Amino acid sequence: MNLEMIQSFTPAHFLFLALAGIAAATAVGVVAFNDPVRSALCLVGNFFTLAFLYFTLNAELLGITQVVVYTGAIMVLFLFVLMLLNLGGVKMMKEKFDVKRVLGFGFGALLLYVIGAQVILPLNTITTAKAANDFGGPEMIGRALFTTYVWPFEVASILLLIGVVGSIMLAKRKV
Amino acid sequence: MIPLYWYLGLGLLMFTVGAVGVVVRRNPIVIFMCIELMLNAVNLTFLAFARYQPTPLPIGGLPDSWMSGQMMVIFVMAVAAAEVAVGLGIIMAIFRLRDNVDIDEMNLLKG
Repeated sequence: MNLEMIQSFTPAHFLFLALAGIAAATAVGVVAFNDPVRSALCLVGNFFTLAFLYFTLNAELLGITQVVVYTGAIMVLFLFVLMLLNLGGVKMMKEKFDVKRVLGFGFGALLLYVIGAQVILPLNTITTAKAANDFGGPEMIGRALFTTYVWPFEVASILLLIGVVGSIMLAKRKV
Repeated sequence: MIPLYWYLGLGLLMFTVGAVGVVVRRNPIVIFMCIELMLNAVNLTFLAFARYQPTPLPIGGLPDSWMSGQMMVIFVMAVAAAEVAVGLGIIMAIFRLRDNVDIDEMNLLKG
């Protein structure tokens, strides 16, 4: 990245770099922290930053949904289970060094290299957005979701119903 | 404008961190968090492609096919919500049974 390229940056570029830096750092924090409560808080930060990245992509409705569903509902569920099981305090597991860790990092480096070199680098000429600027608004999404994609929508509702019944069955003491 | 591959690079980094975390960590709740991280990386990639390279309107195809990236993100979010509810229920059930949630010691299904 040379100096002329940096001088051609607009504020949108710097905003993206700041948000992406926070997202990457919190993503690493989820895996690196030994305390699961800290991992969960890093994940909250990551999801919240991702919502702003969705806003930079003009996907407003999905950014708001990201905040409501992920940081609002899913992460509260995670923290609830963490507090209920009390895994944060005395029962904190020591991560021991073993062959699994070497294999994991090797696999990660391979994945990063292969996808980065073979998939992402050939796409580096695309800099203009082809979608309409209001493609992420509620009207567009609602129109598509309730006409063309209405059957997948119904199947998703059945899946959520199965999830509700399944989690109640798992949480019951005796059937 | 911001190049497409910046978004894809961030998505790739998050996915890789999540995949490494699933392999490396032993706490099942942290493994679930890593799965969520991977799902979110894929969501970011879907949205970046939906913004930069939408499907052109086909002749005789689905009329809203250029919205398919965003629709996919919505369904991924629904599936993730169901998955977290059931998965955390399973972890609670295992914890009630064994009082220990080390993923390396869960070998009940081993023959």
